[in-house]
Amino acid sequence: MSDIESDREVTEHTALMDGHIAEARSDREIAERLARKRKTKADAQRNYGSVARPEESNSSVAGGSGLQAPAPAQLPAEELELKYGARHVIKLFVPVTLCMIVVVATISSIQFYSVKDVYLAYTPFHEESPYAMTKVWNALANSMILLSVIAMMTVLLIVLYKKRCYKVIHGWLIVSSLMLLFLFSYLYIEEALRAYHIPMDYITLTFAMWNFGVVGMIVIHWKGPLRLQQAYLIFIAALMALVFIKYLPEWTTWAVLAVISIWDLVAVLTPKGPLRILVETAQERNEPIFPALIYSSTVMYCLVAAGVEGNGSGTGGERGAGEGELRPLTHETEVRREGPARRSETDEGGFDQWSRQAPRQLRVDTTPVSYTTRVERQPQPQFESEEEKGVKLGLGDFIFYSVLVGKASSYGDWNTTLACFVAILIGLCLTLLLLAIFKKALPALPISIAFGLIFYFATRGVVKPFADALAAEQVFI
Amino acid sequence: MTLAEFFSCTLLAFGPPLAMFAMTIAKDPVRIIIMIAAAFFWLLSFLVSSLVWFIVVPLRSYLAFGMVFAVAFQEIFRYFIYLLLRKTEAGLKEISENNEISSHKLEMAYVSGLGFGSMSGAFALVNVLADSVGPGTLGLQNGTEFFFVSSAAMTLCMILLNTFWSVIFFNGMDEKNYKKIFWVVGSHFLVSGISLMNTKGLYIFSILPSYIILVITAIIAFKCAGGNIASVLNSCFSKA
Repeated sequence: MSDIESDREVTEHTALMDGHIAEARSDREIAERLARKRKTKADAQRNYGSVARPEESNSSVAGGSGLQAPAPAQLPAEELELKYGARHVIKLFVPVTLCMIVVVATISSIQFYSVKDVYLAYTPFHEESPYAMTKVWNALANSMILLSVIAMMTVLLIVLYKKRCYKVIHGWLIVSSLMLLFLFSYLYIEEALRAYHIPMDYITLTFAMWNFGVVGMIVIHWKGPLRLQQAYLIFIAALMALVFIKYLPEWTTWAVLAVISIWDLVAVLTPKGPLRILVETAQERNEPIFPALIYSSTVMYCLVAAGVEGNGSGTGGERGAGEGELRPLTHETEVRREGPARRSETDEGGFDQWSRQAPRQLRVDTTPVSYTTRVERQPQPQFESEEEKGVKLGLGDFIFYSVLVGKASSYGDWNTTLACFVAILIGLCLTLLLLAIFKKALPALPISIAFGLIFYFATRGVVKPFADALAAEQVFI
Repeated sequence: MTLAEFFSCTLLAFGPPLAMFAMTIAKDPVRIIIMIAAAFFWLLSFLVSSLVWFIVVPLRSYLAFGMVFAVAFQEIFRYFIYLLLRKTEAGLKEISENNEISSHKLEMAYVSGLGFGSMSGAFALVNVLADSVGPGTLGLQNGTEFFFVSSAAMTLCMILLNTFWSVIFFNGMDEKNYKKIFWVVGSHFLVSGISLMNTKGLYIFSILPSYIILVITAIIAFKCAGGNIASVLNSCFSKA
């Protein structure tokens, strides 16, 4: 939100306060305020400097704590969204880019992840036949099996959520993140050490792994510095993407990407779509949706349990790996008092753009909303009003974006990788744009993945020969 | 040695654009989005031109043919970016943080030009760079050892040219000054045509004229953006 906007908001808040605090103030003060208020309305811009009125905030703490919230001076929702748009798009670009870089760097430097030898249990057909038709059939069958597993897991999750079995879901997420943080990171490190011919003893390795894993569990499920949490989430998403790239047969990967985006579309948009039900249930209960994998660009201290999606092979974990959804802005005026808020999506995720209008009295005390995304607040006690304005992208989206780019890079052509990367980012932009237009839950995967797939195949088939010819002859266009 | 070559070529080609990006674009989210959008448009133009090249099978071995179409499509897509940016100018102003975007009309032209150029440069060079790491090296037995360096130098030239071309192009469209647009399209064809000589290994004869055109284009772009000699002198001496 621009500064001017926030100014106006603060001014309005203070204006609201004036009425209630009036008795406690001298007339002169009131007159001063009214004058200032008028000036503000007349010229919002010039008033810029006067906004930082700590005294007023303090006074509101003193006088306004019992305020009932009159209708908030709501800015038009659209304006709000647009204001948040640009900065938050970038806040998503950076982690998505980082995740892709980790995956691409790994794929191109560690052989292990591009060699096909073992496959997931869910993909019984290994595409070993030389016939194209058989391969297509295999890939489709595999992806359908995988999709039904994902759908089943999602339904299971929703049933558990409906029945309020929070403990079970929690346990589920903790176990799967435990596996990723210890087992899969161990495999990763082992292969990395092998690829770079670095000798390492088990004692050091155990020590390092233990510290890495435990810190990760604490940061993800409990609390920790925001940056560290984000880093862990990105790393986990990258690991998961690598697992998919490694253990899915060649064409199945592409089929899965396509099928997952369609599933995403169905799950979020149809009236009885599982994710939609989940989101609606959570909204009805007025509680954060169940713990899961969410990357948040804002403060997440009170976010417990952003878990990890099931791991690939063993435990049948890849539940809903794919669905992303976009939450439209919602304005809620209720007091949200929950313990450590566990806000998240189902396991995959989507963007959420939250702009919760927090309860008045709390809100006035804290910094203006617009600052909360920038300034890191202290972890606040439980009755903290939550004003989350950050953009949240489910780890599922990270994973599948990275799978696409990583897979593209595994053929060794950097142009293809670049094309997919740019296409996915543009898809992300368009999805956010659509969010601003439609203002309803939207899936985050389809546009990006569709762009990515189009550009992958186009680049591989048509562009690459041309680009190679140009590069070989050193013709610049 | 190969690693040193890799880094030197990378920095030669992408160092200046990277510095430009870091100093002028990275701070502003809207600019980053515009830049990526421009990169995407370049991608589209390249896709279309490769399709044409791919479909016309008999002429595939004549790169001059593909080049002509590629240049034409790039200019057409530059025009599309122009249309898009001018149409969405109000909206962009809305979402920008500092309300300063397009305080200068050519700011978006510069940003989109840099995105356009970076993408074209990346496409021209990344695979070459990936090969330069080794394990082999060029110029020991056969071929010329200047291949990588000249390639990086030409890439830099193209990235900067694209940036300036966009500035001139946008300015020309705004002022309906078709001479400027003609210069953009003409010099683009000229530079690309000159680079056809690279096939024969005459790098010096393609790089020198390209850089001369770059300097001329830079001066025109500077004038388009409203600069003049006095302002340069002014900024030089006021610093001192």
